[in-house]
Amino acid sequence: MTTPQAPTANQMQLDKKIQTRRAHIRKRHRFDYAMTIISYLMTAAVLATLAAILVTLFYNGIQAIKPSLFLESTPAPGSQGGLANAIYGSLVMTSIAVAIAAPVGIMAGTFLAEYARKSKLAEIVRFINDVLLSAPSIIIGLFVYAVVVLSMGHFSAWAGIAALAIIAVPIIVRTTEDMLTLVPDSLREAGAALGAPRWKVITAISYRAAFQGILTGVLLAIARVSGETAPLLFTALNNQFWSTDLNAPMANLPVVIFQFAMSPYEDWRSLAWGGALLITTTVLALNIVARLSAKGKRA
Amino acid sequence: MTDIAARHSSHRRWRFGDPLFKYLTFFFAMMVLAILSAIVITLTVDAWPALETFGLPFIWTASWNPVTEQFGALVPLVGTIETAVIAIVIGVPFSFGVAFFLTEMCPHWLRQPIAVAVELLAAVPSIIYGIWGLFVLVPLFQHYVEPAMIATLGNIPILGHLFQGPPIGIGVFLAGIILALMILPFITSVMREVFAAVPAVLRESAYGLGATRWEVVWRVVLPYSRVGVVGAIMLGLGRALGETMAVTFVIGNAHRLSLSLLAPGTTISAALANEFTEADGDLYTASLIALGLVLFVLTFVVLAIGKRMLLRTTGKGGIA
Repeated sequence: MTTPQAPTANQMQLDKKIQTRRAHIRKRHRFDYAMTIISYLMTAAVLATLAAILVTLFYNGIQAIKPSLFLESTPAPGSQGGLANAIYGSLVMTSIAVAIAAPVGIMAGTFLAEYARKSKLAEIVRFINDVLLSAPSIIIGLFVYAVVVLSMGHFSAWAGIAALAIIAVPIIVRTTEDMLTLVPDSLREAGAALGAPRWKVITAISYRAAFQGILTGVLLAIARVSGETAPLLFTALNNQFWSTDLNAPMANLPVVIFQFAMSPYEDWRSLAWGGALLITTTVLALNIVARLSAKGKRA
Repeated sequence: MTDIAARHSSHRRWRFGDPLFKYLTFFFAMMVLAILSAIVITLTVDAWPALETFGLPFIWTASWNPVTEQFGALVPLVGTIETAVIAIVIGVPFSFGVAFFLTEMCPHWLRQPIAVAVELLAAVPSIIYGIWGLFVLVPLFQHYVEPAMIATLGNIPILGHLFQGPPIGIGVFLAGIILALMILPFITSVMREVFAAVPAVLRESAYGLGATRWEVVWRVVLPYSRVGVVGAIMLGLGRALGETMAVTFVIGNAHRLSLSLLAPGTTISAALANEFTEADGDLYTASLIALGLVLFVLTFVVLAIGKRMLLRTTGKGGIA
């Protein structure tokens, strides 16, 4: 189309400008591409790690899952046994701890969401609660040791329950408050317009509307508490034998796993893997159920 | 008539229902504050013998000798900070990568499953990370990763000292790696939250000007949510500082200061987990509780700063 002719100096300059601009754009896109790939790889690596953890647990733990695991108590090194006493201990301590923590947490969450709302006091409680939520759990164990174990004079399941309850409370407070704030005020106003007193509005309307969400919080608390090890180390301690006495040290899965995994005995390690598989599947299943019920609520 | 009268009397009977319920909830809310104050007071009182004996130098004294009853927090404190810093240095880029992937690139149908999978990583109990780290990562690091690091990074002048010594797998570095993995889901989910709080108009205008995806995130989203991102990192740091079981499994529990990151060390929480039930002597126990107090103060400050920064960005506190 164009007849070949000597480009003017001006045009040459323009061409050069366009070329450098194009190179610059190419460079930017290459960089974007590289970053995209890196971010893909990072995500893949994270997901692969989760898969690797689960695969290792199943691979090592599945051979320990047999009836004796649930029927026999923890053995002495070199003999046969199961984790029955530890499973029982974990179940009992987790359920009592959450049974204590749930009312406390729900009530405190109610105060934040229904009464205090944006007040200064609510802000402080909320803040402290969030700090407690991520506070090191071993500190909670230390605290309960100082308060309960020292005053009782011995380790006990009750001390373990106290530690677990303190860990569960902030989780329940947080979810209860979040879920109650999702309940629209028009519902509360409708209730009030019908002449219901405030407490009745809360219990009959807010709670009912937020029920599934609050339940999610409780489930998450159970999941979190059932895997906690550090706070039990110096509260419930451990017990090699079958014991239902809450005033005595009580076996529990996490501490048994800790002790058995660190031991040099092959059969203890195998039981530790079995226990680890048991705890992880329980905790992950609880989390998934909690998430599903929360999702159903929001949709 | 009698109906109305009956209802009236039932109202009167429940006149106290409201204040009763209100103060009941108030009481339980105050319990949250009470727990925190009780923790601080109890730890201080029980740590007092140690604090009295050693005074403030407790924090920078390196000796930890149960026989001569000389105790100082320096070694576990350094280990705690070292592992947490490694966790942040490695965990934050990964968290950012995952958050970048989930908010900007992930196809919609995949977003939820991947986000849930990442969050499940946070639900895995820390003891599981410990046992997995001990039996899977330790051999892996001992035979492949650490020899490679010593051969390459170990030769860098000055910095190389951090990566020297025998590759034994167990040590500060591996503890930091596991912590990175554990705090990643927290940082990622808070990052996603603050990224989502960036107004869509900003993002769209940047794309409209021809910015690439990376440029939008790096130059628009990140600067806008800077404070929130730092808050997220602080929350992660707070968790890394206090994590106990996973670290106890893989750090080696050596009360020794070492220049090399590959050497065994200890952290405050690992020292507590290992020694507390075996501590005999009041001063020993008190010193361990004093360690706990140091850890609690440290995490409290870090978490409080992180929380404040997050409050500033997402404005959470009202209706979120």
